[in-house]
Amino acid sequence: MIYREAGQFKASYEADQQIFPIKQDRIVMAALVAAAFLVAPWAASEYWLQAVLTPVLVFALAALGLNLLTGYAGQLSLGTGAFMAVGAYATYNFLLRLDGLPFLVGLVLGGLSAAAVGVVFGLPSLRIKGFYLAMATLAAQFFIVWALTKFPWFSNYSSSGIITAQRIEILGFAFDTPARKYLLTLVIVSLLALAAKNLARTNTGRSWMAVRDMDVAAEVIGIPLMKTKLLAFAVSSFYCGIAGGLYAYTYLGTVEADGFGLDLSFKILFMIIIGGMGSVLGAFLGAAFILLLPVGLNVLMHTSVGALVPATLASNLELIVFGVLIIFFLIVEPHGLTRLWQIGKEKLRLWPFPH
Amino acid sequence: MKLKKAWLAAVAASTVWGAASMGAAQAAEQYLGLPSYRVGAYAAGGTGVFGGWIDYMKLINERDGGVNGVKLVWQECETEYNNARGVECYERLKKQGDQQNVLFAPVSTGITFGVFERVPQDKIPLLSIGIGRSDTADGRVFPWVFPMIATYWSQASAIVGYLGKREGGMDKLKGKKIAVLYLDFAPGKEPFPVLDRLAQKWGFTTEKIAVAMPGNEQQAQWLQIRQMRPDYVILLTYGVSNPTALKTAARTGFPADRIVGWWWSGAEEDAMPAGDAAKGFVAGAFNPAGTDFPVIQDIQKHVYAKGQGDMQDPKRVGSTYYNRGVGHGIIYVEALRLAQEKFGKGKPVTGEQMRWALENLKLDEKRLEAIGAKGLMPELALSCLDHEGSGRVRFQQWDGAKWVSVSDWIEPDRELVRSLVEESAAAYAKEKGITPRDCSKEQ
Repeated sequence: MIYREAGQFKASYEADQQIFPIKQDRIVMAALVAAAFLVAPWAASEYWLQAVLTPVLVFALAALGLNLLTGYAGQLSLGTGAFMAVGAYATYNFLLRLDGLPFLVGLVLGGLSAAAVGVVFGLPSLRIKGFYLAMATLAAQFFIVWALTKFPWFSNYSSSGIITAQRIEILGFAFDTPARKYLLTLVIVSLLALAAKNLARTNTGRSWMAVRDMDVAAEVIGIPLMKTKLLAFAVSSFYCGIAGGLYAYTYLGTVEADGFGLDLSFKILFMIIIGGMGSVLGAFLGAAFILLLPVGLNVLMHTSVGALVPATLASNLELIVFGVLIIFFLIVEPHGLTRLWQIGKEKLRLWPFPH
Repeated sequence: MKLKKAWLAAVAASTVWGAASMGAAQAAEQYLGLPSYRVGAYAAGGTGVFGGWIDYMKLINERDGGVNGVKLVWQECETEYNNARGVECYERLKKQGDQQNVLFAPVSTGITFGVFERVPQDKIPLLSIGIGRSDTADGRVFPWVFPMIATYWSQASAIVGYLGKREGGMDKLKGKKIAVLYLDFAPGKEPFPVLDRLAQKWGFTTEKIAVAMPGNEQQAQWLQIRQMRPDYVILLTYGVSNPTALKTAARTGFPADRIVGWWWSGAEEDAMPAGDAAKGFVAGAFNPAGTDFPVIQDIQKHVYAKGQGDMQDPKRVGSTYYNRGVGHGIIYVEALRLAQEKFGKGKPVTGEQMRWALENLKLDEKRLEAIGAKGLMPELALSCLDHEGSGRVRFQQWDGAKWVSVSDWIEPDRELVRSLVEESAAAYAKEKGITPRDCSKEQ
């Protein structure tokens, strides 16, 4: 009843090519974006802004980057954490060593550095596929983190290898409160998400999907494999690099290279598996699920049975419940939360008269 | 209808969440947020330290009825020793009803780094006993950070001091070869500047050998050590890499009594798994193990006898990590007492009052004896200039079943460590545009 598209005619090519062809979707999306931009910075408490919303946005961006590579172009990567590290450290060094460099330029330069590194480690993808490619990207993961700790120049000779982010100032306006940092993150993430959504619908995105589905066939119909795969690595690493920069500057403030370890790469891979491969929405849903569920469980545990069972047992129980929930979701819907959302939409269309 | 239901569920869920992070606080209660870690690779440390701390607070509540009648309450948050989770916990624990968190002690160098730029804004003192950034000992630049008892730099200096004592004088160190085996994580590299300067000063040579995390394979490193035939090995490892180092050393024929560890390799959990290979191994400590201290006896009597202890395995009471936690508890409670004395007895204190109390905290032998913790921790005297307060380290040797103290409290090379601290803090202040406080104006 609410979700009926009868009567919505598309009279022009523009109308046919919209990102959200259904009017209800557009309304919901507009409301969500408006809430994120206008309501959240004022209504949400500092805790929500700093510890919930900002990290979800940052990780959604990283997951989006990986989703472009793995979900759209079909190249499995375990080096996401390392590409984030390149973004964070490169941004830090550009801002540190080039006096007066605007923050946004530094961030983009950080992203471009990550893209360059991504292309280098994407080269093996021309010869190897699947699990073997995963091993090659695993090498990137270990090599980059090792290099960042091995050469103290990257961390400006800090004795423990930890970098602290400089103040963020754009055109003389300081982004120093949680609400401002959140807004900055939101603007960057929304722009990049919009770009990703559109990129996936262009020639580039279509050739990625062709390569993903069958690279021999794609080559036969004239898609240059090398260019397409390397472009996927470059764009994906650029997204991850920007996410790494935001992770260091708007979220944590201080980072160490070890924080970008294999654990982080797996976490982001889980985000796109849980959220849904090959979907922009999936990156956001997956990031929210993987980040917030453990926190929610921790809070729930303290308010419910926490007082009755020993604290050590409670902490372990959280991990067990988290694992069980992941398995549950994968059994119920192997294609991720996005697919659940699509099924929900299908059902809503027929409601209240399912046949 | 369905949409509405889902919406209602979402609202309900967020209300539960909101309510959970609020909780009800009553008058005459002192709230503390504890960012503990009880799962994962470092759970042995986390359960021990936070267990000891919680038990000490339970003792104060049970035996004394709180601090001047103010009951101690606390809320735990699981960090998993993970920096991002730690920052989330910091934000979550910050406020509890109308009470502010008055102290944040993550017992993790990574999380300490993650929050140490946030604490001045939120006015919550950051306590990093035996961890964290060594240069935060300069209270003029870091008014909100307290790397109490001893920093990594003081410890490194004390280790060299201990070796000098063993050799029969610092000048005997000349020409000695010392291998430094370190776990490749942030704190593992922290002691290097001090070791380098001391090597120059006393004429010994160091060779630094890295072990990749988590350090459960060290064959190559120990073969390298065998080839260079050092006089001593300084061991800077944590967790599973400790027993591995000792076992591999025994296999390559390096005597355990020539290996000197830092305090993160000096717990029962570090030596016991290595079996006989650990016998004779020496490690630093700012708190000895043992149940003979009156305060531990009191905890047994008032807390465990009533079945309210925090440790799942009561045998761990009195272990190194546990006693370290009791030390955290003592510092917290004593600072609370001091803050109440200045700002009003029988009332909960704020983060700013807590900061003042930590900065003016003095625990001499007499006071420690009154608490029942004489010898459990060194004497402490903090000031605006010095947020470390002691810097003394003790050494203990593993006899195959327990740790036995083999030295008195050893002084670090204060002049050298302090000059490094001030140099590094000044560089930080310059980079961040901080004007150091003038300590003569503080009271």
